[in-house]
Amino acid sequence: MSALLSVKDLRAYYGPVQALHGLDFALQQGSLTALLGANGAGKTTTLRAICAMVRATGAISFDGTPLAGRATENIVRLGIAHVPQGRGTFATMSVAENLQLGAISRGDNKIGADIERMYGHFPVLKERHRQQAGTLSGGEQQMLAVARALMLRPRLLLLDEPSFGLAPLVVRELFGILGKINRDDNVTILVVEQNAELALALADQAYVIETGRIVMAGPAAEIAANQDVRKSYLGY
Amino acid sequence: MELLGNQILAGVATGAIYACMALAVVMIFQAIDQLNFAQGEMAMLSTFVGWQLMQWGVPYWGAFALTLLLSFAGGVAIERLLFKPLADAPILTHVAGFIALLAILNSVAGQTWDFTIKQFPTPFGWSPFLGSKLISTHQAGMIGVTLVLLALLYGFFQFTRIGLAMRAAASMPESARLVGINTSWMVALGWGMASAIGAIAGMLIAPVVFLEPNMMGGVLIYGFAAAVLGGLSSPLGAVVGGFLVGVFENLAGTYIPGVGNELKLPIALALIVTVLVLRPHGLFGRAVVKRV
Ligand SMILES: Nc1ncnc2c1ncn2[C@@H]1O[C@H](COP(=O)(O)OP(=O)(O)OP(=O)(O)O)[C@@H](O)[C@H]1O
Ligand SMILES: [Mg+2]
Repeated sequence: MSALLSVKDLRAYYGPVQALHGLDFALQQGSLTALLGANGAGKTTTLRAICAMVRATGAISFDGTPLAGRATENIVRLGIAHVPQGRGTFATMSVAENLQLGAISRGDNKIGADIERMYGHFPVLKERHRQQAGTLSGGEQQMLAVARALMLRPRLLLLDEPSFGLAPLVVRELFGILGKINRDDNVTILVVEQNAELALALADQAYVIETGRIVMAGPAAEIAANQDVRKSYLGY
Repeated sequence: MELLGNQILAGVATGAIYACMALAVVMIFQAIDQLNFAQGEMAMLSTFVGWQLMQWGVPYWGAFALTLLLSFAGGVAIERLLFKPLADAPILTHVAGFIALLAILNSVAGQTWDFTIKQFPTPFGWSPFLGSKLISTHQAGMIGVTLVLLALLYGFFQFTRIGLAMRAAASMPESARLVGINTSWMVALGWGMASAIGAIAGMLIAPVVFLEPNMMGGVLIYGFAAAVLGGLSSPLGAVVGGFLVGVFENLAGTYIPGVGNELKLPIALALIVTVLVLRPHGLFGRAVVKRV
């Protein structure tokens, strides 16, 4: 296995405020990695830094290609899909248009088939395909956000709190789908989660960050088994 | 009765021009949240370009098409050179930019072609349309060309991928970048299209108001009135607003005693203010339904 994404000495800034203080990590090809930490630890900032949505320094490379100096849209076009915190769906557009937009940078002719595939994963989206995205329920919007990201046919999927606001049953279903996409479609996934227990059960690797630094890294099962880590960082 | 029908149809014809200008204004407003005060001068300059091409012997429709292409390129160039660098600047900086552009285009046209009024040809002629006394063939042509333009724009934004990408970039730029859309170029494209739409309006109205550097001043104010009336966030509203303003202007000029030609412009301004007070989003401006 080789690293699909490698991050070295990542520092990020909001104006004069430094939010990340030198992160080093790597995502193995085909892995499912959880990024955990308390509120304000810097999880969202890490994902935004990968997509050049915040001022950052350090070296990030994707499949050997350095990302430095690339605009967000060009990073996305390399095959990195990002479901931002707060979903980022196009509120005034229909569900079907949102899915079309997910594939807007693709030039192939399998987009229609992929939309059907998404309707297979998330049947409620099919029922509501003409509805304005802004009028979907919070959970439905979250599903749409994930489906929209998958429409890119990404090689790397970044998810920022996909379980936010979802009923426990729906969360399980969503995580089931994510696991399936990770295994069957060989999509590498980096998922930020508040629900550490669930994320660790799904992931094979995990990183825990605190105030912009990685404080723990290793196989998810080991971190889940470590009582001290669970108590001090993950709160369960 | 015939006078009323005549006034309404004539209003629809000039309303078509206002609709085009309003659409151009809305297009740029959607892209950068700013009102382009120089939209009228851009259209005027385009019209001069068309006139010049015809002077050089290019036939009408050839000159028309070439002018649209050049206007599109000019609109893109203005965005790239002038307004892209201003992207993060405060509103007042933008306003200064628009006014500078307005003044520059106006004097460039005056310098190049002087300020005397010129005849601008119409391919439709001035005979009675379908033998009726209601409107002339040129007025019918103004309406017809505008309707074709609107249909093409509708198809472009609803059914093409690039149209979808432009809508996405205008409504949620950050999300648009996250699906791989180059939002900066979408803005430039919006400028190019607005410029070309303005060129159509200019070339259609020039046979009526005659060609000179200040020809679009009043027209743009009606265009703003139309855009505000329909709602700056709604292209459809801008179009409907354009037709409404055109008809309203004509009827007020004819039927309200003492208004006449002189007071028509203040009436448009009064309309803008009234709409802003009563319905800040305009008739069609939509407040997005949001659920959390
Ligand atoms: N736009 C911003 N301007 C200034 N500071 C910011 C901004 N966004 C985040 N920060 C700061 O950066 C730090 C990391 O924030 P970040 O959003 O990455 O946290 P997080 O781990 O995603 O938290 P949460 O779990 O609450 O989403 C916090 O201290 C936060 O206050
Ligand atoms: Mg966050």
